Amino acid sequence: MADEAHITEVGGTGVPIPGDDVDTDQILPARFMKEVTFDNMADYLFYDARRDENGEFNDHPLNRFEGASIAVVNQNFGCGSSREHAPQAMMRWGVDGVVGESFAEIFRDNCKSLGIPALTASHEDVTALQEWIEANPDGDIEIDVEEETATYDDTVIHGNIDDAMKEALVDGIWDTTQLMYSNLSKVEETAADLPYVEEV
Amino acid sequence: MSQNTLYDKVWEKHKVTELPNGQDQLFIGLHLIHEVTSPQAFAMLEERGIDVAFPERNYATTDHIAPTEAEKRNRPLTDDEAENMLSALERNVTDNGITFFGFESGQQGITHVVAPELGLSQPGMTVACGDSHTATHGAFGSIGVGVGTSQIRDILATGCIAADKQKVRRINVEGSLGEGVYAKDIILKIIQELGVDGGVGHVYEYGGPAIEELDMEGRLAVCNMSIEGGARAGYINPDETTYEYLKGREYVSEGDEFEQRKEYWESIKSDEDAEYDDVVTINIDDVDPLVTWGINPGQVIEVSEPIPAPDSFEARSDQEAAERALEHMDLEPGDSMLGYDVDVTFLGTCTNGRVSDFEVAAEILENNTIADDVRALAVPGSETVRTECEARGIDETFIEAGFQWRRAGCSMCLAMNDDSLEGDEVCASSSNRNFIGRQGSKEGRTVLMSPAMVAAAAVEGEVTDARRFFDDDVQTVSATDVEEVAD
Repeated sequence: MADEAHITEVGGTGVPIPGDDVDTDQILPARFMKEVTFDNMADYLFYDARRDENGEFNDHPLNRFEGASIAVVNQNFGCGSSREHAPQAMMRWGVDGVVGESFAEIFRDNCKSLGIPALTASHEDVTALQEWIEANPDGDIEIDVEEETATYDDTVIHGNIDDAMKEALVDGIWDTTQLMYSNLSKVEETAADLPYVEEV
Repeated sequence: MSQNTLYDKVWEKHKVTELPNGQDQLFIGLHLIHEVTSPQAFAMLEERGIDVAFPERNYATTDHIAPTEAEKRNRPLTDDEAENMLSALERNVTDNGITFFGFESGQQGITHVVAPELGLSQPGMTVACGDSHTATHGAFGSIGVGVGTSQIRDILATGCIAADKQKVRRINVEGSLGEGVYAKDIILKIIQELGVDGGVGHVYEYGGPAIEELDMEGRLAVCNMSIEGGARAGYINPDETTYEYLKGREYVSEGDEFEQRKEYWESIKSDEDAEYDDVVTINIDDVDPLVTWGINPGQVIEVSEPIPAPDSFEARSDQEAAERALEHMDLEPGDSMLGYDVDVTFLGTCTNGRVSDFEVAAEILENNTIADDVRALAVPGSETVRTECEARGIDETFIEAGFQWRRAGCSMCLAMNDDSLEGDEVCASSSNRNFIGRQGSKEGRTVLMSPAMVAAAAVEGEVTDARRFFDDDVQTVSATDVEEVAD
């Protein structure tokens, strides 16, 4: 639960997922969303991109970097639909943190809801890290949430983590239900002041 | 920072408090629920033993997995997974006292079609749904945001989301729409100009003469695709067009109460001297019908314009995207989209599945038949839309032309039901996304366009300029003309 959930650092080996505007239909094709739980979502992660025409695993990075914890992506990652299935699938596959050039907003919000730090960094820094992972598949990468850095080898990337995400993760308050539930009486006051909300 | 815009005013009215993480706790006045993104949220609530806080602010329907063939809607649904999702939704709404528009209600349909037509979406509200096209409701002058499942849990449990206030970009759309050019073309033009991530960090306020001239269904189409431009929300200030549309709808107050409500609606409009973070002007005067040529909704050209070469783009990312697009679509730079063979035509969705969309397409289909080998689907956005079209005989025009006339649902927009592209089929589609795999086949190819253009493509079996079906005076170009010029 949230009070045990201070997330200050995540780390492990990396997986580069190159390409700009990688949309949620690629990350988790809609036809695999017909399940009432998120339990099996890891099996469907990048389902089409990971397979050749015979349905066999191809050389997609997710097939080559099994066991990785840090996904490294490019611009506008996670654009398209609001499906939390996308970051859920990544998390259940093993991703604990994401480094990218930029993220689509709903995707970033969903990451926050799941306690997955999303660090943005420059194109140069991101591509250098992606190349480094290709050459060092067993190399460790560490995201420091408070410092807003990603560290690998002798390199420190100074990036950016959205303020709200940073606060939420570091203070262990990313469980927004818990956070907002305590304000329920204030919510009722706000609602009562709205002309379109009938008395409850 | 923006000031005195509709966004600022509606935000302030719905802000409960500032949270320790710096975000605002924002009350959600209307929460729309469908079967795909909600079951996990209800399960999370149950796990914590929390009740739904404001059941009367929640409305549910089924759309994503809804079979669109009448005989396939009998229960249990033949697709076990779909049946499972639908039963879970039915259980959840019953247990929690939430109004549900199911198949039997006659009002089932896509959330973003149902809520507006029933008068649930109103100016000055905050609207949320576990679907990124929630921006649609901004057409009434509300803030509509798409949310993930954990946020659905938040709304169910607390009536609120934790949110960051965005910047406001005013988009003035100058000029007026030419014959055969529609609201869909306005939003495609905006995305073409500002890019698929141009709206990140912003909400879009659409205004200007071309927007004011639009009817509500046109405005819904514009706001619907805000997310394709990267903006989480997009809205239009309410005006007489909005109020006239609302009058008499099922969930709208009548008489004095309507007038009182209208005072509120007027009060939340952006002030004349409102301050925006950014103002952009786009002129729609000489815009021809637009189509996509690629694999994201920003890869847009006029139908007779040459497809751009990758190196004509400045940004590296656009160049790479163009290369991927040309390969996937099997297109060459310099060609136009005119004459691009079409296997499937799909009319419907939360973008263009409303009565006026079928009406304009019917004008083209009247006394025409679709090309051999074209599979043509007309899928009303809601059962209300379907019954109204049927009452006016519009369905007959579609059926006589060779279209399949279906029941309401999201259908081939994302192919979560049986309606799907096969192999590398090309689909002329009135939907909102041309992402690879979106319509159910990873080799499938989508060309986004207005409903009129979809109907015209169905008749010709290829991408064509719909204006040739309307008015002889309008200058249109055919594929042959372009070849002649090229020669």
